[in-house]
Amino acid sequence: MADRVTTVVVGAGHAGLAASHFLRSRAIDHVVLERGEVANSWRTERWDSLRLLTPNWLSRLPGQDYDGPDPDGYMTMTEVIGFIERFSTGAPVRTGVNVERVERTEEGFEVSSSAGDLACRSVIIASGACNVPIVPDFGELGVHQVTPFDYRHPDKLPDGGVLVVGASATGVQLAAELRASGRHVVLSVGEHTRMPRRHRGRDVLWWMHESGVWAQRYDEVEDLERARRLPSPQLAGGADVDLNTLTAAGVELVGRLAAVRDGSALFSGGLRNVCSLADLKANRMLAGFDEWAGISDRVVLEPTRVPGKPRLRLDLRSGEISTIVWATGFRPDYSWLDVPVLDDRGRLRHDGGVTGVPGLYALGLPVLRRRRSTFLHGIEDDARHVVDHLALRLSGTFDQSVSEAR
Amino acid sequence: MTTTDNGVNVQALLDAREALKGAPEAAQFTWRATSKWDKGVHSTTTIKNFYGLGAEQSHKSETVFAADHPEVFAAEDNGITPIEYLLVGLASCLTAGVASVAQNRGIQLNSVTATVEGNHDIRGILGDADVRNGYNDIKVTFNIDADASPEDIEALVAQSQKRSAVFDALTNPTDVTVEVA
Ligand SMILES: Cc1cc2nc3c(=O)[nH]c(=O)nc-3n(C[C@H](O)[C@H](O)[C@H](O)COP(=O)(O)OP(=O)(O)OC[C@H]3O[C@@H](n4cnc5c(N)ncnc54)[C@H](O)[C@@H]3O)c2cc1C
Repeated sequence: MADRVTTVVVGAGHAGLAASHFLRSRAIDHVVLERGEVANSWRTERWDSLRLLTPNWLSRLPGQDYDGPDPDGYMTMTEVIGFIERFSTGAPVRTGVNVERVERTEEGFEVSSSAGDLACRSVIIASGACNVPIVPDFGELGVHQVTPFDYRHPDKLPDGGVLVVGASATGVQLAAELRASGRHVVLSVGEHTRMPRRHRGRDVLWWMHESGVWAQRYDEVEDLERARRLPSPQLAGGADVDLNTLTAAGVELVGRLAAVRDGSALFSGGLRNVCSLADLKANRMLAGFDEWAGISDRVVLEPTRVPGKPRLRLDLRSGEISTIVWATGFRPDYSWLDVPVLDDRGRLRHDGGVTGVPGLYALGLPVLRRRRSTFLHGIEDDARHVVDHLALRLSGTFDQSVSEAR
Repeated sequence: MTTTDNGVNVQALLDAREALKGAPEAAQFTWRATSKWDKGVHSTTTIKNFYGLGAEQSHKSETVFAADHPEVFAAEDNGITPIEYLLVGLASCLTAGVASVAQNRGIQLNSVTATVEGNHDIRGILGDADVRNGYNDIKVTFNIDADASPEDIEALVAQSQKRSAVFDALTNPTDVTVEVA
């Protein structure tokens, strides 16, 4: 007979720990199963120089605000790990336990793990949205390749130039760091989200937060599917980085990597348009902030400077570059989830964190319940709501009308 | 509020997008053209049928396109140059995109003109191995009169590129197979 517990939370990142916080406050008996240590992703899947792109004052978890000396600073990885570790105090976490399978049973679920089986009535999936780096398949390329999970520091790469593919937060940060280390860097730019670090003297994320943009609910977002796929903003913790600062530093911009043919990387000729789209969108965002603040004049960003003749081809065998860094996004891993809740593209189907399978919940996915859902400060509302729903169901007062109400 | 009418049935397009979510097979289209050599560098291409929505389809009528080369190429100029057909495709695709996006965004268009210029170094096709055969670059200039701000018009044009089949086909490589049957 498997051991029993009411609720199993998969993953001890800040999302799983926030779930535990609310489960504890409702005295719902639960365990948090974590394959590594608390804050495992921050410990094992990030590069050395990474800092949060959200300022310290936004590092808020349920019952735990930032209380250090530098509210406008940006945490290093060591600081994030410490912050999350502190938040885990009192949570029933079992570390070093890998969840290998979750399946449905009559009463709820059976959770099989590296430490044995557990029977439970509900499961909260908090295993993260970024478990696997996405790497497009262009076949054999003959150069060294790394993902953001393997990348640690410029010194760890073989000598030579680097092609960084992807210009979202990760790609622009790594391109800047590699260029600063003295390397030749080519940055392949597809659709991206431009965001200036500051607007009218304040951190742009202050505007996102205060204007209410980030608090927008998932059921009020016009094109939710699109919002959930939005690339991360071109921001770095502290430093100003966008395509213009990269160009000024000597990074060569090219279009989206479209194909590899006869040993050459071929880039899209649509670079100018993806930059125009991002510029227009960034200016619209800033105008929206100003409108909210009742300011009538407008700040217009310097347009992205696109090279006059962006290169369309890079011979990967010429020795110009020795390494490709794939900054092409991440996806969750649900290979252990044996419950039919994935859509045809492998994404979890849910309505604000509530899946169609009674008792199965998710946290930490993009725009789960609000635009800010995947950020540290976005978890509180989401976790409270999901645990409220879970508790209502357990108490038996749950009826179908609740599950259908948004 | 007046209703926008650019003559694009956006609702039908949005409905199609919804319907195809559940039926990706139906979204697979094959476009076809048949070309016959006439004489010299003159050929005639006809287009009538295509495949899509899981079945053979046809246009209301067959269209015939003559392709030739101008007299400065020592040809008879019975029709436009093949590479000019790419400009026809690009301009009409982007223009259709502008109209559709405008309709979707509630922007009334009064007039839309696109001028397309493709710069071509013909030494490539004449055998100079250092020069590319195709266009070196293409420039499209839109003149749009619409009931919208300059920023909104810019956004229309940007979005139409983002959704354009021909813009994609020209800016990204496509695998092409040519066989002798
Ligand atoms: C590069 C990068 C930078 C980011 N920067 C910021 C930032 O500046 N500010 C911000 O607010 N957010 C940032 N985020 C977003 C977000 O805060 C992080 O992704 C965060 O790690 C998400 O927390 P989480 O708890 O949802 O998932 P995770 O932190 O990934 O936690 C999931 C946990 O589940 C465990 N797990 C997974 N599968 C299993 C299994 N089968 N069995 C047992 N355990 C399992 C993992 O080991 C992990 O510890 C960033 C994300 C990335 C990728």
